[in-house]
Amino acid sequence: MRFQLTDDQRALRDGVRDLLAGRFDRDALRTAVDTPGHLDRALWRALGDAGFFALCLPEADGGVGLGLPEAVLVFEEAGRVLLPGPLVATHLAAGTVPGAATGEAVVTAPAGELLPWRDASDVVQGDATGAVPLASVDPLTPLHKLPGPHAPRSPQAVLLTAAEQLGSATRTCELAVQYAREREQFGQPIGAFQAVKHLCAQMLVRAELARAAVYAAAVTADPVETAAAELLADEAAVRNARDCVQVHGGMGFTWEADVHLHLKRAWVRAGTGRTARETEEELAAAL
Amino acid sequence: MDLTYTDEEEEFRARLREWLASVLPGLPPKPSPNDWPGRRAYDLGWQRRLYDAGYAGLHWPADAGGRGATPTQHLIFLEETEKAGAPYVGANFVGLLHAGPTIAAEGTPQQRARWLPPVLRGDEVWCQGFSEPDAGSDLAALRTRATRDGDHYVVSGSKIWTSHAEVADWCELLVRTDPSAPKHRGISWLAMPMDAPGITVRPLRTLAGSAEFAEMFLDDVRVPVANRVGEENDGWRVTMVTLSFERGTAFVGEVVACRRVLGELAAQARKNGRWDDAVLRRRLGRLNAEFRALWRLTQWNVSEAEQAGGVPGTGGSVFKLRYSHARQELFDAAAEVLGVAGALDTDQEWTLDRLSSLSYTIAAGTSQIQHNIVAERILGLPKDRPGQRPKDLQKGGR
Repeated sequence: MRFQLTDDQRALRDGVRDLLAGRFDRDALRTAVDTPGHLDRALWRALGDAGFFALCLPEADGGVGLGLPEAVLVFEEAGRVLLPGPLVATHLAAGTVPGAATGEAVVTAPAGELLPWRDASDVVQGDATGAVPLASVDPLTPLHKLPGPHAPRSPQAVLLTAAEQLGSATRTCELAVQYAREREQFGQPIGAFQAVKHLCAQMLVRAELARAAVYAAAVTADPVETAAAELLADEAAVRNARDCVQVHGGMGFTWEADVHLHLKRAWVRAGTGRTARETEEELAAAL
Repeated sequence: MDLTYTDEEEEFRARLREWLASVLPGLPPKPSPNDWPGRRAYDLGWQRRLYDAGYAGLHWPADAGGRGATPTQHLIFLEETEKAGAPYVGANFVGLLHAGPTIAAEGTPQQRARWLPPVLRGDEVWCQGFSEPDAGSDLAALRTRATRDGDHYVVSGSKIWTSHAEVADWCELLVRTDPSAPKHRGISWLAMPMDAPGITVRPLRTLAGSAEFAEMFLDDVRVPVANRVGEENDGWRVTMVTLSFERGTAFVGEVVACRRVLGELAAQARKNGRWDDAVLRRRLGRLNAEFRALWRLTQWNVSEAEQAGGVPGTGGSVFKLRYSHARQELFDAAAEVLGVAGALDTDQEWTLDRLSSLSYTIAAGTSQIQHNIVAERILGLPKDRPGQRPKDLQKGGR
């Protein structure tokens, strides 16, 4: 048993982090916020060229031929930088929808009662009849609401979304720690005060517990492990973002700080698919 | 990332299971919790069986009499013994997990030869004389004095929270050998024989009603200088070696046990009608996620330690923080499953476990101290420096 990243997995993670730092930096993030509903097709193609969507497609079909653990690492990086777009649906459509694997096509799919990015997508996989626009809380995720009963999301979709939540939870922990080291009050960095320090420590604990759950679910592909990963990653992303706002104080409550974008995306991701109540019921039934 | 075990590891597991199945049915029933001599005899009897079967000191280095097993093999050992319902390490805890590894790492050949084999064979019990009434979490503030008199130290002071003091043969004792040095220096690590004149042990009753630990009063106790492990005044460094072992492996078996208890809670709730309560069901579902993740985090930390050459990493503090609270939530949920009368009945094992769980956020470093450790050593946040705050702040509130 070696439940650690392999050298190849580390290299993959670092490569994706570098790619995103170059193609989707903070300026690009704020530009995206200022142009709601607009999806950067050049960026989408660049992601396709880098193998983002074809990662799990077999090599015989023109893909990279990697597995769920690698996909989880890549989506964690996407979650860190708040990369916009129907990433999970397009990734899962690679090999079935023409152009999805290369980033030529943008594919979306219903997630619970919500349908993200309908207008900017080329293909909607699944039934979108009766979808009505919703004023989305997340400026980076346009939403439609669907009527009627909803088909459950695939376990892969659930897990990749959890991986994005994990990336966001890790990032807001880092942002809080960075701010707490720099911001001075009462003659010392606020991070020296235990009240702030303990908030930050709890953020790390939440993120690390979610990480263990998400990575284990990626390795085992077990439905109960996946449910545990979903529950803990949703909680880590939402609660860490809230604590990050708190550590930033008044600045955290402004539009200028990025942390509200993490919180809003975390809420949207947690709202697509099963509710926490349904996930907890599934976990209870497995006992 | 790989969660499958190697053929060698699976073979180790299979042999261990076979042995456990052969030896456990012959064991006497567990002793009453408050009968110290009975508990000592029981726990050491189990240690002797482990020794005879070659499982004693599994994670100890081979040159210290252990098996030099990998962290993963140790993980398998703790997992399987817990699953099989084998006895806990019990009275041998300090010797096997603290004092032994410390002596193995820091002791002279003579010290290793004198003290290590009896721990592995289950002949001698150790207790831990670290904490003092005014030096618990702030361990380096300890005041117990040891002054040189020829080839002996003369030790005076008091210790507290000393588990197994009533039946211990030896005590790993921290003493101040240089009162003028800064508080982390000037400390030495001694092996004190518990039958030396001048030692008074007074049992302390816990809120769970049991006598888990004791106060210990030391009045001019003579300890040979030859019993010092490590250099004089270098005891703090030696102690850190001890504590890294404590946090590295202490809770592995317990996570397995908690997962078993969670399954028992669900079965009991289904039997007694409490399962119809959706709020309780959801609580149990959430705990299922937590304890699964805690088990995965354990595997992650063990794998990390294996890559780092067997040294436990800082992940232990992250783990302990969440685990100690999750354990309390687990037995709070158990109280709900038992219902009002059952939850108030101390004849119920889960009620006693609920009471005992209160110690988990205090022992081995309180949650508050663990938060500081995580924030300062892992996240790199600055240390609180109360002495250097502006004067108006120090006066604030008076």
